[in-house]
Amino acid sequence: MAATDSAVDLSQAMRLEPVLPADWLLVAPLIITILGGALCLMTRKNTAAQPKIAIIFLTLLVFACAGLLAHVLDKGVVTMVAGGWLPPFGIAFTVDALGATLALTSSIVALCAAVYGISDVDNSGRRYGFYPFLLLLMTGVCGAFLTGDIFNLYVWFEVLLISSFGLLVLGNERAQLDGAVKYALLNIIATTLFLIATGLLYGILGTLNMADIAIKARGAGTDGPLMTVAVLYFLAFAMKAAAFPVNFWLPASYHTPRIVIAAVFAGLLTKVGVYALLRIFALLLPDARVALADLIALVAIVTMLTGVLGALAQTDVRRLLGYLVISGIGSMLAGLAIGTTPALAGTIFYAVHSILVMTALYMAAGMMRALGGSYSLRELGGLYRASPAFAAVFLMLAFAVAGLPPFSGFWPKVILVDAALVGGHGWIAGAILVTGLLTTIAVGRVWIYAFWRGGAEGTPDGQLMAFAVPAPGAVGANVWLPIGVLLGLVVLLGVQPEFMMQVSGRGAATLSEPMGYLRSVFGEGAL
Amino acid sequence: MRTIIFRTIAPYLAALMVLFSIFVLLRGHNEPGGGFIGGLIAASAFAIYGIACGVAAVRRAITLHPMTISAWGLFIAGLSGLPSLFMAQPFMTSQWWYVHAFGVEIPLSTPLFFDIGVYLVVVGSISSIALALEERESD
Repeated sequence: MAATDSAVDLSQAMRLEPVLPADWLLVAPLIITILGGALCLMTRKNTAAQPKIAIIFLTLLVFACAGLLAHVLDKGVVTMVAGGWLPPFGIAFTVDALGATLALTSSIVALCAAVYGISDVDNSGRRYGFYPFLLLLMTGVCGAFLTGDIFNLYVWFEVLLISSFGLLVLGNERAQLDGAVKYALLNIIATTLFLIATGLLYGILGTLNMADIAIKARGAGTDGPLMTVAVLYFLAFAMKAAAFPVNFWLPASYHTPRIVIAAVFAGLLTKVGVYALLRIFALLLPDARVALADLIALVAIVTMLTGVLGALAQTDVRRLLGYLVISGIGSMLAGLAIGTTPALAGTIFYAVHSILVMTALYMAAGMMRALGGSYSLRELGGLYRASPAFAAVFLMLAFAVAGLPPFSGFWPKVILVDAALVGGHGWIAGAILVTGLLTTIAVGRVWIYAFWRGGAEGTPDGQLMAFAVPAPGAVGANVWLPIGVLLGLVVLLGVQPEFMMQVSGRGAATLSEPMGYLRSVFGEGAL
Repeated sequence: MRTIIFRTIAPYLAALMVLFSIFVLLRGHNEPGGGFIGGLIAASAFAIYGIACGVAAVRRAITLHPMTISAWGLFIAGLSGLPSLFMAQPFMTSQWWYVHAFGVEIPLSTPLFFDIGVYLVVVGSISSIALALEERESD
């Protein structure tokens, strides 16, 4: 073997120049979560050590993702090909500002969930693998954000899907299995459609590398099979992202698992679907996006409105939040429908905001349960008296999700409404504003019932029912800390939005002007 | 199922299958075989042993919990991508060492360790499922 090596010119097949250690940041999130997940799985009988191991590795993950974002902002789009084989044959990891930002946000959310899980997940949940599943879920999520190969994207979707199945049935209650069946069925159908579309795409273009697809699809026009592939992708990822009319799995399943798991799901899973839509329609098949723009706009508007109307009709806080997740997906799709660079930047900003605020709201719902003993708006009441500090926290999160200043939800909506008006999409702008108003009413309702009203349903105005004040320490530091961190980020993005605007602007610029992306994969001279 | 013939032959059969699975694992780099198929063969060996002699006997025989075996596999496979970090090469670039022992050149490589990792992941996860199903049956 050693003898034949010298006769072959390896530079024809492999990238031989040395790789900088900084480039290893591209794969570091995957290595960290895989090794951490494996360690957690080995030691899962040791329930006391589980959170420690997970928190150490997730902290490493946050640092790795932050380093990766800094690296990308410094160097532009970066690529590492596994094994050094030249693209399009080697499996590429290509990271732009969009992928790195979402990976960083997700890792922060996962770390918060691991801390929150210390009290929310009991020993039996730990033995059944909450922490290994959480870490491996992050492998899938980060892998999806960082990969530059569409089949690889499918693989990471599978990884996160399998981990999410495990998390969803943790506890094995009847309602959980019921929710898990709906969730699993819809998601497996979506993943299968994704796989079929990828197979067709490979048949048409003969490549799976995203940059290569982007080059080849630009010359291919929008007629015939490529359009079919685009529609299949849209359906598959709309299911993943829970867009109307394929969104019913989300409210049917998100209220069943433990609240911390629902928080992670609400933050991350649908956003991975939105990310895939952005990547495929803005970068890979831009002609198809133009052709489908009206459809996407319609889906976006209906998703926004049905989401928030669903939220208005719910009495279970968790289901209400599930509908708000859906409503947010509509706003993100609106940016994709408009399709200009500022609109895409708005979508990216909105995704970051939504990851943070939805996770924080689900955690807050867990806290409402801890303080008030229920998730139902009929039974909750008097929480303002139970914890004024928590009431303030919830109010801020409610303002953020409704898009009121000075919180993180305000800026993406401003960008999206502005982009919609500039692009002549008055309907979209109107829908975003109406949705914002209705969201304010929906979360205001939670605030009035759960915090202002003196007690459970039927309590007369101005009267305070006697209720069991929870013992001090019922809500520990490990609950306050993650909510506090997420709230801090929500406020920071609201009052100091410049950094995130700049980052999401760069992410959007890479999507609409992909030259940098293509150069990063194929080298300077190749194009 | 639990005839005396089957119970007598099963331990030998299982041992033979595990041996064969390791053979398939090791030849996998250049010839048909590899970690995945090897792992399946080993897992079916455990399944056969479990059908013949009971799940408890299998759990005793493999000492570790199947999922722990899987975890070790994942860990080894993850680590096998790392040595190229120190060679200024991309993730998962294969590294080779040629070891001379007993007058034979033995090629060792990171793909081998990756394959061993895959083998352990497959053995662990498939036998975990198989044993759980067999346990349910014997209730």
